[in-house]
Amino acid sequence: MIIAVASLTLLSLILGLILGFADRAFAVEGNAFVGEIEAMMPGSNCGQCGFPGCSGAANAIVDGSADVTCCPPGGKALAAALAAKMGITIDLTQLKDDGPKIAVVAEEICIGCARCAKVCPTDAIIGAAKQIHNVLREACTGCNSCVEKCPTEALTLKPLPITVQHWVWPKPLAA
Amino acid sequence: MGFMDFFKSSWGVHPDDHKRPAADAAARRVPVPPRVYIPFSQHVGAPARPRVVVGQHVLKGECIAEAQGNISAPIHASTSGKVTAIGEITAPHPSGLPILAVTIDSDGDERWIGTEPIHDPFSLAPADLARKVAEAGVVGLGGATFPSAVKLALGLRSKITQLIINGSECEPYLSCDDRLMRDSPEGIIGGIRIMLHATGANEALVGIEDNKPEAIAAMRKAAAPYSEIRICPVPARYPMGSDRQLILELAGKEVPSDARAADVGVIVHNVGTAFATRQAIYEGRPLVSRLMTLNGDAMANPGNYEVLVGTMVSDLIAFSGGYKSPAARLIMGGPMMGSVIPHAHVPVVKGTAGILAFTAAELAEEEARNCIRCGSCIRACPMGLLPLEMANNIRADKLDGAEQLGLGDCISCGCCSYVCPSRIPLVQYFTHAKGQLWAQERGKLRNESTKKLAIRRTERIEREAREKAEAAAKRKADKAAAAAAAAAKKETTGA
Repeated sequence: MIIAVASLTLLSLILGLILGFADRAFAVEGNAFVGEIEAMMPGSNCGQCGFPGCSGAANAIVDGSADVTCCPPGGKALAAALAAKMGITIDLTQLKDDGPKIAVVAEEICIGCARCAKVCPTDAIIGAAKQIHNVLREACTGCNSCVEKCPTEALTLKPLPITVQHWVWPKPLAA
Repeated sequence: MGFMDFFKSSWGVHPDDHKRPAADAAARRVPVPPRVYIPFSQHVGAPARPRVVVGQHVLKGECIAEAQGNISAPIHASTSGKVTAIGEITAPHPSGLPILAVTIDSDGDERWIGTEPIHDPFSLAPADLARKVAEAGVVGLGGATFPSAVKLALGLRSKITQLIINGSECEPYLSCDDRLMRDSPEGIIGGIRIMLHATGANEALVGIEDNKPEAIAAMRKAAAPYSEIRICPVPARYPMGSDRQLILELAGKEVPSDARAADVGVIVHNVGTAFATRQAIYEGRPLVSRLMTLNGDAMANPGNYEVLVGTMVSDLIAFSGGYKSPAARLIMGGPMMGSVIPHAHVPVVKGTAGILAFTAAELAEEEARNCIRCGSCIRACPMGLLPLEMANNIRADKLDGAEQLGLGDCISCGCCSYVCPSRIPLVQYFTHAKGQLWAQERGKLRNESTKKLAIRRTERIEREAREKAEAAAKRKADKAAAAAAAAAKKETTGA
């Protein structure tokens, strides 16, 4: 009996030491899960969710103070991906998602003040001062930052135009 | 059904081929239309980049748009005339969305640009031949429109042992390949010999379905002098013309799910592509016209027509003699895999194998009913998939589930929809799901690229702020130094 007690004590001592060492050696700073969530976000830090940037939103989603549906540029697709990542089920049918949107410049009222270009988080707006500006379709995330800055309301968010290359055959109506 | 039939492969379907009488009518050449509309994107890959301006006069065969990127093909003027517009026209596509195209008002002269024919292609290096074919804008004419030169150049990277030439033309109603094989077998054989040289393959197997005895006889005669080219009749069965099925039938090799034909040492080209290749090399002429079938019960004169790329479908049908009864639906390509076109005011493109005008009776549309789980679609599927299970997943928006069942291997042949007794539009579900998955993938890529842009901008702003601060500090230091120097000077002059 003494042998059994002694061996178990020794074993637990060794395992305890290993665990104690591992706790120190492999310590993780911050929540790794937040980083993973943040990597899924658009990353343009537009602030439409009401949190300070995408990292703020990721934190809020993880601690439960924000919904997975909080990101307007991410839309339905991001909400579904986040829900799957978090292991929760949400009803996406209620989520309003008009599809991806991009900013469009109304060329006849743009005065070329270049204020929009300065706030664009992805440098999607081109055009020098006193020249008509334009938005690069592929780089715009539809974050809305420029729309508020425009003094002449020349910038508006419009749905991403569908082209032949992007068109998807509609789902057949259920039998 | 005999006992041994249990062991035979059961894939595919046997639809009525409706190929005759159109296939037996002599091919006719369609005169130059007053105006041609040539889209910039007539191939798989990046659209070609325009290199003409409005008002410019172009000659037939002149390059009007150059290839852009690795997988792309240039576009050539199909007739001589004046460029009157570069703008959007309705695409020959089920969506009916606009695409960019060049409009040329033909001058009726059909004046060719100077060509550089090659008389001895076998003295050229394979890479040079592939480049020549690329410059001629040759794309896969079987319908996939993959740039042919890219496939020819594959021989340089992986070892190609067999070249398979697809003359099976398994789609019902179409007979342009049949007609081409009957009328110009020498041209096709000439193209095959060039392809053999370009890919380094040892032999070429030409698969022709046994419902085309005239074509088989003509091709056998033309191929007789060349032992490396074999004409192989294959049983008529849809989709025999799909590359994977034809490779299995002729070469006895199965292409793995995540691999391409070249990975098993085989390359497949269409007979029309072989013919276009011969023209590109021996005559130096780019691909500006092709043979296509006009068929369907609504068509007054079904047959095969040689048409310039960019001819309006309406002009083509009018030349052929119009409709004999009202057309309920227009289809570009075959009835199984072709696409519905919104109206006849769209141009024909390089990949157009035919225009079908169906009457309402011929369409015989029925409403979809519930799946009775009979499994007909499983027997018919040439890729060995479970169409009914995949469709159930897609109906419930479970695209991942469908993907796990092998949606990526679906070739959209439509056999499942064809055999379904409940008339469920199975292949439409798959087309929809593949489009959705591709859109999701594209969204992800877009997200990644915009994120990179955002990071780069943050870095730039930080750098600018740092540089500004450094410059300010430097100015301050300079000022202080100057003041100190001035003070020192004052002291010395004062003293």
